[in-house]
Order: sequence, then C-alpha cells, then structure tokens
Amino acid sequence: MNLNNDKGSMSTASSSVTVSDQFPAGLRVLVVDDDPTCLRILEKMLGTCLYEVTKCNRAEIALDMLRTNKNGYDIVISDVHMPDMDGFKLLEQVGLEMDLPVIMMSADDSKQVVMKGVTHGACDYLIKPVRIEALKNIWQHVVRKRKNEWKDLEQSGSVEEGDRQPKPSEEADYSSSANEGNWRTSKRRKDEEEEMEERDDTSTLKKPRVVWSVELHQQFVSAVNQLGIDKAVPKKILELMNVPGLTRENVASHLQKYRLYLRRLSGVSPHQGNSFISSHSQEPPYGSLSSLSGLDFQTLAATGQIPAQSLATLQAAGLARSAAKPGLPMPLVDQRNIFSFDNQKLRFGEGQPQHMSSGKQMNLLHGIPTTMDSKQLVNLHHSAQSLGSLNMQASAHGNPSGQSSPLLMQMAQPQSRGQILTETSGGQVPRLPTSVGHPILSNGAAGAMLARNGIGENSRGTGYNSVSQTSSVLNFPLNHSAELPGNSFPLGSTPGISAGMSTLTTKGGFQEEINSDIKGSGGFMPSYDIFNDLQQHKPHNWELQNVGFAFDASQHSNSLQASVDVTPSVLVNQGYSSSPRNVQNSNVSAMGKPIFSVGEGSEHGNALNVGQHLNSLLVDNSTRVKSERVTDTSCQPTLLPQHFGQEDLMSAILKQQDGLGPAENDFEFDGYSLDNIPV
Amino acid sequence: MEALRQQIAKMRQSFFDEEILDKYFLQLEQLEDISNPGFVKDVVTLYLRDSTKTLATIEDEMAKSPVDFMNLDKCFHQLKGSSASVGANKVLNEVNKAREHCKEGNLEAAQASFAQLKMEHTTLQAKLLAYFE
Repeated sequence: MNLNNDKGSMSTASSSVTVSDQFPAGLRVLVVDDDPTCLRILEKMLGTCLYEVTKCNRAEIALDMLRTNKNGYDIVISDVHMPDMDGFKLLEQVGLEMDLPVIMMSADDSKQVVMKGVTHGACDYLIKPVRIEALKNIWQHVVRKRKNEWKDLEQSGSVEEGDRQPKPSEEADYSSSANEGNWRTSKRRKDEEEEMEERDDTSTLKKPRVVWSVELHQQFVSAVNQLGIDKAVPKKILELMNVPGLTRENVASHLQKYRLYLRRLSGVSPHQGNSFISSHSQEPPYGSLSSLSGLDFQTLAATGQIPAQSLATLQAAGLARSAAKPGLPMPLVDQRNIFSFDNQKLRFGEGQPQHMSSGKQMNLLHGIPTTMDSKQLVNLHHSAQSLGSLNMQASAHGNPSGQSSPLLMQMAQPQSRGQILTETSGGQVPRLPTSVGHPILSNGAAGAMLARNGIGENSRGTGYNSVSQTSSVLNFPLNHSAELPGNSFPLGSTPGISAGMSTLTTKGGFQEEINSDIKGSGGFMPSYDIFNDLQQHKPHNWELQNVGFAFDASQHSNSLQASVDVTPSVLVNQGYSSSPRNVQNSNVSAMGKPIFSVGEGSEHGNALNVGQHLNSLLVDNSTRVKSERVTDTSCQPTLLPQHFGQEDLMSAILKQQDGLGPAENDFEFDGYSLDNIPV
Repeated sequence: MEALRQQIAKMRQSFFDEEILDKYFLQLEQLEDISNPGFVKDVVTLYLRDSTKTLATIEDEMAKSPVDFMNLDKCFHQLKGSSASVGANKVLNEVNKAREHCKEGNLEAAQASFAQLKMEHTTLQAKLLAYFE
C-alpha cells in the first residue's frame, strides 16, 4: 500500500511550504511505547506509510535521542501509560525542548485522558488499536507546525493569525492540568538551546525550528513581563524582543507554552484567591512560567530597589534606581527579594516544577487581585528584575545570591530547582548581574532575560534575584494593598512566584542566575509563607530564602539579610525581624517582600507588611516566601526560557507589586515602582 | 499442499467467525507483504509472549492480599492495548470485563473474569500457533 496520495495534498497544503515531492514520505517519526507488540505494529504501519521510523520503548531513551539529534525527527508518537515516565510528561518536555508535534496514544479513550492530552499540548490523540488510516495523516501536524513557524518568520508581527495567545488562550493554558510539568526539562532545554537556530526563510518544510535559547527566552520573558502577562500578545512581545528573524508565530507558540508552564507552576491552590490562578493553574506549566516570569520580573523590578549595589550593576535602568539609594535598606531588602525571587526563578529554571511554582505564584499574584494586577506584576517583575540584578550584584559582591539561589531554589518548589539555584548562586550569581542586569534593567523582563539568557548560571543568580525580588515585590504590593490581607496573597502569590521564580532560577539552566537571586528572595521567604501555602512548593525554596539573605549580607543588606532571614528557615526571617524595620529590611521580613521596603519610602509600609508577612512567612517558610522576595530584584525570571513561567511569574509578580502599592519603589526599574505597595 | 492451504484458510475463517479475531487482525495481515513475510507471525508471537507474562503478573497480584487494584488496572490496561492491536477480540472482551470488576473493587468477579480471560487467551494461543505452523 502506498500513501503517496498524501503527497499530492501536501504540496498544496501550505503555499509557502515547499514540500518535496516525496512528502510525506520520509517523515521521521519517533515512536515511544513500552508495549513491544504495539511498538512493532506501529513500526510496521508507519513504514508502510513510507515514514522513517525509529522506535523506542522507554521515554527516557526517547528524550535522549531527541536531544542528541535535535533535528532528527519530525514528529513523536507516544503512549500515555508507560512505566518509566508518564506520557504527558514526555509530551510536555518534548514540546518545550524541541517544539515537535507529539501525538498521544492509548487504549484508554476516556474523556479526561483525552482532555489531558489536549491540554498538555498534544497535536493529536489516537485510541488503540491504532488504525493505519490514522497514521497516514499524521504528517498534517508536521506541516501545520512548520507552516505556523514560517508564518512567524515571514510576517513577523504583522499577521494576527496564529496569535495563539489571545487572552482566552491563557485560560486555556492555565487549564492544563499538568502540574507535573517538570521544569527539569526546561533546564535541559536551556542547555540545548543555547542558540537560536537561524531562521531563514527558506520555505522548506523542514525549516529550522526556532530554538529558544536561554537568552532568547529571557528576552521573551522580559518582554512579557514588561507588557504584563495579561497584555502580552505575541506581536508586542515580538516587537519588544526585537530579534531579527523571529516571527510572531514563534513567539506565540512560545508564549503559549510559557503560560502553560506558569499555570502549572501556579497550579497550587491559590489560597489567595488568585482566582485567576486557581482557574488557570491547572496545568499549563508554561503558562505558569510565563506568569511567573512575569511576576518574577516584576518582583525583580520591585526589588530592583534593592541592593543599590546590585542594582547599579545589574540594571542600569531599573536597578539604578535602587542603586541610587545605596545604603537604602531597601536595596537589601530588594536583594532579598531578588533572591527570593530568584529562587522562584530558579525554580523555573528547574524546569517544570518551577513552572508550577511560578505558575502558582502567578496565580498568587493574580489572586491578589487587590492591587496587583498583571501590571503590578509587571512592575514587580521589573523590580524583580532589578532586584535580580541587584541580587546579582549582591551576589557578585558576596555571591549571596548565589547562595540564596540555592536556597531559593529550594524554595522553589521542591523541584530540582533547588539545584539550579545552588548552581547559579554559586557561580552564577556574579554572572548574572551582567546578564541579568540587562534584561532587568531594560524591562522588567530582564528578569526573564536573566533566566533566559544564557547566563544560565549567572543569570540564574541574577535572574533569580530578580525573580525573587519580583516575587517579593509582588508580594508586597499585594500585601500592601491589602495591608496584609494581601499579604496572604502576596505572600502566597509570591511563593507562587517565588516558587516559580525559584523554579525559574532553579531551572538551573536558565535560571541559574535566578538562583542566586532567589536567595535573596530568601528574605522574602517570610512573606512567602503565604506562598508556601500557595505553592506547596517544598520549603526547600525557602532555603533559598536564606540564601537570599545571605546574599544580602554582602550587600548592605546586612540589615536586609537579617530581615531576609526572617523566614524561619531562611535567614530572611531573622534578618527581617531583627533588622530594623528599615524600610528595606523590615519590609522584607514582613512580607518577604523586602523589596518594597527597600527602595521605597513606601517601603515602610512594605516593611510593615513585610515584617508581618515575613513573620508569617517565616513560619511557613514555604519556599514561597523566598521567591517572593525575589520580586525585588525584579529578577524576572530570565530563568531559563523554559521557565517561561518564571518569568511570567516575575512579571506577574512585578505587576502585582506594582499594583499593590505604588510604593515609591525606588526600584522601579522600568517604571515598576515598588511603590506599588501602598504603604 | 492445497489441502493444507484449505485447512489454514478454514482455520482463519473460523477465527473470524467465532469472533476470536477481528478486523484489526486483518489490518495486520494487510501490513504484511513480500518484503516482510512473517510480520503477522512476529507480532502474534510478541503478543502472546507479552500477554502471557502479563497474565501471570495479574494472577500473582490477585493472589496477594490486599489486592492492589491500581496495579491490576495497569496490567489490564496494557493487556487491553496489545490485545486490541492484534485484534484478539474475545480476549479483549474478557479483559474489559475483568477490568470493570477491578475498578469496582470486586475481586471475586474480577477473578472469575480473569479465569475466563485466561481461558480465551489459551485458546487463542493454541489456535494461532497451529495456524502459523
């Protein structure tokens, strides 16, 4: 039997796609199924369709194959139930890392499972026993994807179609139930996608996929944070990113994933009433990421005020503000926030898990509808970024961020993020400032950039910082507004954010910087207590908090640190509570959003809030706090691009923060004034 | 020779008549071609081997106490997938039944279904082996 009939249609399928006459013959398919019988049958069927088949009975092996042979496959078919790895996880990872179309298969045809497949991003869902007719048409998914990518390239930003991220889609993303998104993959991704593939317009069907390198992702996250997670449309993001050759479609699909990620991260029950989160947090880890990153950035931005030192270095723009206030206690706080934020980011870095956190965080932020809306988050994000940068700087100084990052990482959801954080914190931190600095400063999104930038390690630190800061920042605003009612929220959200952030940061790859930052956010931890609840992240993030605090130590943040230590587990608590409620410190401790207190006068309020929160947070120490802190550093989750969520979180956080209180965030990095926190 | 062929054809037909095998088996046959002789046999062999293993696992699981229904369900699911793919109709039906019982937590009914399943499986195995020989 021959499937040549398909070929004819192919050529007409996409006008811009020059399909070889052979198409779809030669389509390279990777089949993953633990059942040898099915595997054999599929192999034969696909062979009959004239496809090039590679079979694999273990998901891990499949992932390795995909990674080592980046462009070696056009489409992946995977079973849902596999012993070593859940099919959905594989689906997510492939989607994130390689952006290949994935088809799910199962003997189970229950609606929930199919829905799960769809929400996780599967292109198609086949019921076993698989009919050969169904396989004959799988090429359509490949074409469709390529066509979309192309469109982006060719009409970058011009065409609206393919804008997959309309607001409503966000919700859809959020609904993905993948809480299991591991951001680990994102972490790995970052390694893999160091550079973006060139995007030429060759209209070959196999046009090179856009590789979302860490830097690119960071840019993306920054842009998203800058725009605000709710307003981030591909077109604008594209413009902000200003990357030649990048199409709107690329951005759109990336954004979608990011949102999923964020959602996933913020999948934690939004205590804070993050209705937004809760509703969305279903799974899209991506979404969560994005949200997180948004938040992170924001927090970072918020935290931008933090460490004057770090600010200066990190982000001229945003951070500078904080830096301007050298000696401001806030900076310290911010730093911490950053750290916490970083943590969150780190978490993102960690990968999916972070998503979750970030997503959650985002949610948190969202949940805090009080003041922080996405804008705030964005602000936060920025601040977070700045914070992040600050943290970075701080980290550079003392590498506290590095330390915190690890802590943050821990905070960030128990996911491997912690790893990232530590990673970043250690060495990365110093680096981050540079990388982080850029993104954060420039846009709030810096945080995201941090994460994303290849800074990877470094950026993580910074990224985290920003993240944590943002988270913290976010928290603050939230708290502030509510006067702590939001606290719970902000905290909660921050945790989410931080979690996201930490995850972002932990994401390790990307978010390395965030890690360090996250540490800073450790300080936030206190405030993140709320998040803890929200995020359910493992308190390991909180460790980051401590880290963050430690971070602060290097910076002026001594006081901050103290406050940062506020978090029980983290120094944050200690620092905060102990440290005079200096604007910064106290703020931090209170809310873990030291960020707020740091830069701004409003910080006082923040400080108060922070203190309060922190205390509460400290208790919880749920890593969340940490991440929140990050908000200061607007460490927007430049965390690994994978961490989308983180960045969004950061931005979200930032936004929230901004929203919260117009605290005079000196940190306002990109205009996100920490002042959001109505002190 | 011709007689043998006829015999085989008859066997095959009986598979379908008795609904032991269904259209998916037909599909498998269609997949086989000159370049791939013995494909169906390969698949069937694979299937029989795996399913036997799975059945043994199920049996063990059922003997345990308390019974881990989650595990059982996984096994059944696996069995369902592979049986469906080869077109082992009757076996598939039994699998589904047993699975239902498992879901309800009804161990006895599940065990009864399982016994039935085993029987069908054995029958199928014998027949297919004979068919291919």
